[in-house]
Amino acid sequence: MERVIKDKIFKGFVILFAFITISPIIMIIYKLVIKGYRQININFFMQNAPDTYEAMIALNAGKIIPGGILNGITGTLFMVIIASTIAIPIGLLIGVFLYENKNKFYANIVRDITDILQGVPSIVLGLIAYFWVVKSITNGFSALAGSVALAIMMMPLIIRSTEETLKMIPETIKEAGFALGVPYHKIILRILIPTSFSGLLTGSLLAISRIIGETAPLMLTALGSSIVNLNIEKPTSAVPLLIWEFYNDPNMVDLVWSSSLFLMGFVLFLNILSKSLNGECRM
Amino acid sequence: MKDLIIKIENPVLDIKNLSISYNKGKYAVTNVNAGVKKNSVTAIMGPSGCGKSTLLRAINRMHELYPNIEVKGKIFLNNNDIFLMSSIEIRRKIGMVFQRPNPFPTMSIYDNVIAGYKLNGIRLKKNKKDEIVEKSLKDVVLWNEVKNSLKKKGTFLSGGQQQRLCIARALAFKPDVILLDEPTSALDPIATKKVEQLLIKLKENYTILLVTHNMSQAARMSDYSMFMYLGELVEYGKTKKLFINPVDKRTEEYLTGKFS
Repeated sequence: MERVIKDKIFKGFVILFAFITISPIIMIIYKLVIKGYRQININFFMQNAPDTYEAMIALNAGKIIPGGILNGITGTLFMVIIASTIAIPIGLLIGVFLYENKNKFYANIVRDITDILQGVPSIVLGLIAYFWVVKSITNGFSALAGSVALAIMMMPLIIRSTEETLKMIPETIKEAGFALGVPYHKIILRILIPTSFSGLLTGSLLAISRIIGETAPLMLTALGSSIVNLNIEKPTSAVPLLIWEFYNDPNMVDLVWSSSLFLMGFVLFLNILSKSLNGECRM
Repeated sequence: MKDLIIKIENPVLDIKNLSISYNKGKYAVTNVNAGVKKNSVTAIMGPSGCGKSTLLRAINRMHELYPNIEVKGKIFLNNNDIFLMSSIEIRRKIGMVFQRPNPFPTMSIYDNVIAGYKLNGIRLKKNKKDEIVEKSLKDVVLWNEVKNSLKKKGTFLSGGQQQRLCIARALAFKPDVILLDEPTSALDPIATKKVEQLLIKLKENYTILLVTHNMSQAARMSDYSMFMYLGELVEYGKTKKLFINPVDKRTEEYLTGKFS
């Protein structure tokens, strides 16, 4: 009888702590939905951010704030695409290099540096991108500068996920290619990378979901813009930058919640997508 | 001593003074001399860790994948030194099948069979490809089971079917010799029987060298048998003679189950 009671107490604790662990995310989503849902309509996705005067008039009339966050959404997507174009090929190649040279001296140094890079505060990366790109290439705040800062953040994540994914492929698959006389570079390109494709995609999606909410490096590089900008040499807005701007404007507090809800939903979507991809194709 | 190792006339494969070490100075295979007869099944048996797989993998230069493995001695394929041939050429002539079925998971059954051509950049006409795929799959008695699902992934097949697919992949190059490294150890008895029957049929056109730790398998299907112990080729002869009347004491002890 004592055994059964102990079991029940233990089970109770497990459930309690599981609930404590997931409760923050539930509370976050609850708060965002309650506070933000009213602003989410078709205009929210189709119009640029309003100025403070429009917002004030709407507030005083008791209406919802007009306008949306189109400039932020396009800016975020634009910069994520450029950052991915820079970071994914480089990260993939370095990941393959680390996988192929498991215990070599040089590879170990690269791996350690990758780990250190992952720990560099994002604002510092923003500063670096400011000096590399804003001051010397584009001569002003630009989407390119923001993308470079984001790409540096993405790279260590992609490198490590590539290496880990390749490690999961059984050695026998490699040997099968080798036994057919396939040259080494073709084994990597035609066998290893296609076999681990879903894992590599998952790693890239997770890296994107990590950088999509970055604000600090973008303040120093992309700056922000009140219109849709698709010129890499011009300042560009992003959803997290808009959230910061809305927060600083007493008339637009409602938009903080709806933009946050959108950002949260998007990150959640990317995470679920990458999880389901990985589960589906894992060998 | 001369009775221990049979002399094969006109061998397809001739192994001369072959030694292989994983760590410098520590030999996994020591000074093996043996010939392999054309169109026969030759089994290599012995307890775990005796070097039988290591010996087999030296024959299509698989060890080149791992830079710290050292291979000394010579191996001749039809009197050509294999260490002087190009790696593609040697692997076209000597095919290999592994312990666990390892079809390429991203490729269809069809593509798996012609993977050797595809991955080496050898372009073939569509009807030539179809012909090779059909012939190879018929050779391994898999054609009737998969002919309507050639576009499906190779990994959808059962373990035994996958292993036969892997044999078909090796046959597609029309090799002289097929090396098999414990090809049935991951299969159930029915699948094992199918693979064994298949190998006996294949020896009409190919020379088969098979590593097995299953004595009865060696007795059932091989014409010649090698017994290896601690890296040494202890005894090599006609399977019947070796099983009925072993010369070396260690062979006898192994065959009677004193150790395994």
